[in-house]
Amino acid sequence: MTVAVRPLAGAFAENKDLARDIRLQKILPALERGEIVTVDFADVTGATQSFIHALVSDLFRKYGNDVLDRILFKNCNETVQKVITIVSEYMQESA
Amino acid sequence: MRIHLPNSAWLGNIDPFLRRFDPRDQKSLRITANKKWISVHPMILAMIASLGQVVPRGNIACEPLEARSKHYFERMRLFKFLGIDSGIEMTEHEPAGRFVPLTQIKNSSSLTSFITEMIPLLHLTPAHAEPIRYIVSELVRNVIEHAESMHGAFVAAQYYAKSNSIRIGISDSGIGIRRTINRSYNAPDDLSAIRLALMPGVTGTTRREGGTEQNAGAGLFFIKSIAAVNSDFFAIYSGTGFYKLLKQRARRRHVLHADPFDDRHSAGNDFPSWPGTAVGIDMKLDENETFSALLDHVRETYARAVRERRRTRFKKPIFV
Repeated sequence: MTVAVRPLAGAFAENKDLARDIRLQKILPALERGEIVTVDFADVTGATQSFIHALVSDLFRKYGNDVLDRILFKNCNETVQKVITIVSEYMQESA
Repeated sequence: MRIHLPNSAWLGNIDPFLRRFDPRDQKSLRITANKKWISVHPMILAMIASLGQVVPRGNIACEPLEARSKHYFERMRLFKFLGIDSGIEMTEHEPAGRFVPLTQIKNSSSLTSFITEMIPLLHLTPAHAEPIRYIVSELVRNVIEHAESMHGAFVAAQYYAKSNSIRIGISDSGIGIRRTINRSYNAPDDLSAIRLALMPGVTGTTRREGGTEQNAGAGLFFIKSIAAVNSDFFAIYSGTGFYKLLKQRARRRHVLHADPFDDRHSAGNDFPSWPGTAVGIDMKLDENETFSALLDHVRETYARAVRERRRTRFKKPIFV
């Protein structure tokens, strides 16, 4: 399953409420069904740490670090990649 | 309450302005000003606008501004938010400049719209826009989520050609950092609360490492880090606590610290009590690191801080 971020959160992904909605309404149900989820950041020019934390942190709590085998990040520019990496490392350090 | 608009108050020399603030009698606000020239940081505009929201309308008095720079305050909409007729007439066709006038943001969707509209007003290139929209988003979202202010956040920003820099101010009249942090911690005073709030992974919503699903406790640390790496000023004022990140020495500016007291800074816990939280940040546009490079520095410090904090909680073996 692919979730496109741009149509849901805009070019600058900073709204944590929308991140939570994407997680609860799109990503979590797909993971529950055992699917691999691709989060597509095409045309997203930036994202805040808060947005990415709200998008994925609870997935680490629910599925452990192995969630990174089941969720893929596509079309991320350099800074979005780095923010996702920071949040992922932080959640694994915090486990 | 009394507040005085001085001749000059930027983040570098803002302390005397703050020290002169008189927070007594919160039912009225009297504003006085330097008679010749007033030149102040947008943080001060945001502070006065937010202060004006907690005072009953009609109880705000501002002496007629005589300074030649008085039009600036009208153009930045200060009097509009104070509900005062300044009597200052604006000249039509005055050049717009590169500024974001005082804006009140009360909810998440308004913030999203504001960020979209703000960047063109400042005429920023995409590279310069990236850290600035990041900073504004995280700071205003903090207010919306934690300040418990019905008046939301006040934001203002200005481009300064002489220093080729953007200066941003954000203020609220909410519960302040100490009450927010002390939902999960036990900060004995306002400055201790500010110190905790600037540490990575500390949030008032939980003491759990990793935060909650909605809060990591990293927003202020990221912003302080952006200022540190670029050797810019960053100031935060809440209650009687005031912390100012000073310009970092060129050779040391890439060394980020989890504890803000390890950075080059000034701080005090005896400032006149500010009813809420105010933040100011400067950003030079000509010599800043790329946002991407900056994230590399943040990444290293952020994860290390969590490791070190966990290590302090390790139990030690007992050798008998």
